[in-house]
Amino acid sequence: MAASSDRIPPPFPDTEEPGAGPGDMADGDSDEGEDIFVNNRNPVAVSRGVSQPGNVNAEPPDVFRGGEEASSTTNKSNGVHSDDDNDLFAEAHVKSGSSARKELSTSSGPPPSSSSTQSPAAMQPTSLEQLVGEEDMDAFDVDVAVTNPEKVGDGMNAYVAYKVSTRTSLAMFRSKAFSVRRRYSDFLGLYEKLSVKQSLHGCIIPPPPEKSVVGMTKVKVGMDDPSSVEFVERRRAALERYLQRVVSHPSLLQDPDVRDFLEREELPRAVSTQALSGAGFLKMINKASDAVNKMTIKMNESDTWFEDKFQEVENEEQQLRKLQAVVDSLVNHRKELCGSTAVFAKSMAMLGNSEDNTALSRALSQLAEVEDKMEQLHQEQAASDFFIFAELLADYIRLLGAMRGCFDQRVRAWQRWQEAQSTLQKKREAEAKLLWANKPDKLQQAKDDITEWEARVTQYERDFDRIGMTVRKEVLRFEKEKAKDFRSQIVKYLDAMLQSQQRLMKFWEAFLPEAKAIA
Amino acid sequence: MMEEVNEVTSSLSVHGHNIKVTEVLKDGDTLTFLVVSQKLSGTGEYHVDRTYDDFEWLQQHLFSQEDVPGIQGVIFPSLPAKAQVNASAKAMKQLGFLGLGEWLPYCKALESFLRQIVAHSILGKNKAVEILLTSSDPPGRQRVKKNIFNRLSQAVEERRKEGHKDVDEFFQSERVRNLVLTGCAKTAAERFLDVVQSEQKIAVACGHFSASLHLCVEPGEDPDKQAFSKVCVKLSEVFDSMKKNMTSVAENNMNTLGLGLDMESRCQEAEKEMLFRRTCKLVELETARRNAEKAKPLKKAAMEEEKKAAETEFDHICGVAKQEVARFKAARVEMLQQALVQWCEKQLLTAKETADQFNQHLQAFRGMA
Repeated sequence: MAASSDRIPPPFPDTEEPGAGPGDMADGDSDEGEDIFVNNRNPVAVSRGVSQPGNVNAEPPDVFRGGEEASSTTNKSNGVHSDDDNDLFAEAHVKSGSSARKELSTSSGPPPSSSSTQSPAAMQPTSLEQLVGEEDMDAFDVDVAVTNPEKVGDGMNAYVAYKVSTRTSLAMFRSKAFSVRRRYSDFLGLYEKLSVKQSLHGCIIPPPPEKSVVGMTKVKVGMDDPSSVEFVERRRAALERYLQRVVSHPSLLQDPDVRDFLEREELPRAVSTQALSGAGFLKMINKASDAVNKMTIKMNESDTWFEDKFQEVENEEQQLRKLQAVVDSLVNHRKELCGSTAVFAKSMAMLGNSEDNTALSRALSQLAEVEDKMEQLHQEQAASDFFIFAELLADYIRLLGAMRGCFDQRVRAWQRWQEAQSTLQKKREAEAKLLWANKPDKLQQAKDDITEWEARVTQYERDFDRIGMTVRKEVLRFEKEKAKDFRSQIVKYLDAMLQSQQRLMKFWEAFLPEAKAIA
Repeated sequence: MMEEVNEVTSSLSVHGHNIKVTEVLKDGDTLTFLVVSQKLSGTGEYHVDRTYDDFEWLQQHLFSQEDVPGIQGVIFPSLPAKAQVNASAKAMKQLGFLGLGEWLPYCKALESFLRQIVAHSILGKNKAVEILLTSSDPPGRQRVKKNIFNRLSQAVEERRKEGHKDVDEFFQSERVRNLVLTGCAKTAAERFLDVVQSEQKIAVACGHFSASLHLCVEPGEDPDKQAFSKVCVKLSEVFDSMKKNMTSVAENNMNTLGLGLDMESRCQEAEKEMLFRRTCKLVELETARRNAEKAKPLKKAAMEEEKKAAETEFDHICGVAKQEVARFKAARVEMLQQALVQWCEKQLLTAKETADQFNQHLQAFRGMA
């Protein structure tokens, strides 16, 4: 009974009173109006990110239409510019995230040589700052960006610090726009804190990117070589997506740990992050699963919905893994193509230089330049393939793992309840024995025990019901978001591909007269 | 140049510029090529089946025209290496571009070989050409004796003459230029082959992705599941387009620039062979001169005869060679120009078509509810 009130964190002093029933998830039954931010500036904005099976209308017009999405306002299904909402779930930052990524893809991908590691990421703060100046800020909740990776310290104790910028209209934050510096272990620490909260059990807590000893060691040595650059960029992007998913989840957003993470100048150093080393995260989930399976009391499922869904989740995870393998091979071949194009370009340059027919020589040299530009294109396409698809699939595989974890949490809740009932039974039997044996002094203790365990049984039963509801809602929300997420990433990808093709056309158009001019 | 020659001339009864090798048929281990040529008089075509042996037969005939003065100064059109069904990896590597694309580039190379021969002022006159193009019986059954033109017969010691200093500035610089270009062209062709093979691998991977996406499609009424299934189906179409695009890009590369670079590489080799033959003759000549000088009175007359013969032959060769070099230079520039223009035009067209397709896909995705 007392448990439920633990779940909703006390409202931040500046916020007005939370409205709707605290006993539900923040994305509670949509018909009851929204979650605790109902009294906030723009009620429409609030239910963004919420899975509301019956009430899609609540999704807000999205101000953050990055340039490429502007034309997509025609695809409203319900009168509101919601569906192409890349802010939901994956991309809280259309302009800064995706247009920076666009900038990433239109400029020279992850810089191949020793240019500043900050250059791909450096574009993001600029666009973020542009956005800060925008007039209407009240149509969204929270946007986060992770930028500016910087190496701090030297040698093996060095680490990378990222700038975490937040822009928000929510009153629960101290200001509208702010940023802090965080390191990777801080992100892990946040995840750990969220994972253990009873109140969030049943929620799909987005997992952060995994540790990589190899990757980090290279970075500690130096951030300049291409593989380090790629590693840092990959991690930065993954951390950004992680945070975006966290803040777009209504319950998680309310958590004080999340707020602290975004706002506080200094965070206590997270030390207990060993659990997530190596292939960590999924291993952890699988271990937990095994533990559940080994428990003696097997759950008899009264509701097949959970069984069916669990099976679906497992199947889907397998399918995504297959896709991931194919994408990896595609990315590798593209990189190969980059390499062979570069080498070819050089050999054409040499041929051009040795050629004594002037026009032919010039054409061949031009050809070499065209091939160099194409190598650039191939690099960007490889980056596109990777950062858009490969990482998307990896994220979802991890999310599905998290979902499996939620199912397991529910089973454990059931088991706890059953065990409590069995303990209660034993206590009652003990009391009966005492009565029969006529030992009045111990009787009071026995009665107290019974009261205590009765309370526990009730609480655990409620917990179980609550988790069940939470898991259901989370699954529905997840499925909705997944389609949107994939679609928005695909749109981004196609856009990048289209631009590549158009640039390619320009290269050919420029080269044709040169080729024709050979006499 | 043609003073003492036994006329082995015959007038060809077909056009040379539009000879086609239209098909290749696999018959067990042998490849048979269909050669089509247009009759000079009136309408009508010759269709003949030829195997690689037949082409080699022709080449040997051309090499063995010892009574044509200065024949060694000719830059002979290059016949590609033998094409085989189930060729070894080494053989395929040697063939390079010609081993790809179901032998279509190879057919083009044979076409080019025939066209160059017919167009050549000396070679086109050989009777063997007419026989190869028009005779209903394949000529290759008769073995022709191999001769000095055959590379294999050139002993290793002969090769050392390659560096022998020239007496003529024109040829000295041509030899240097040829050496550099031969290396560059060969390297460029090999590197381009790597590019094409990478492109083919990407096409295959796109195909796999496209197929795998179909596995993610789930039946059922659930609207969210359907939304995701729809996404998967559409994405599968996108990657199918990408596969087609990459395949086209690779084919364009192969059929135009790839073939062109391969051609250039083999032509430069052919020029190299000619220049080498001339250099060998030069060495012979210088030896003959020395012999004549040092000869004892008894042998002197004979040595002088030999010296004169060597000088005459060398002059003939140089005369032919100079013309050949000029012809060769013009021909290769034209060939490369055509290759580059075709390459550019085809790739531009493919890029436009692909851009259109991507645009359509993009609109489809944006329009998805």
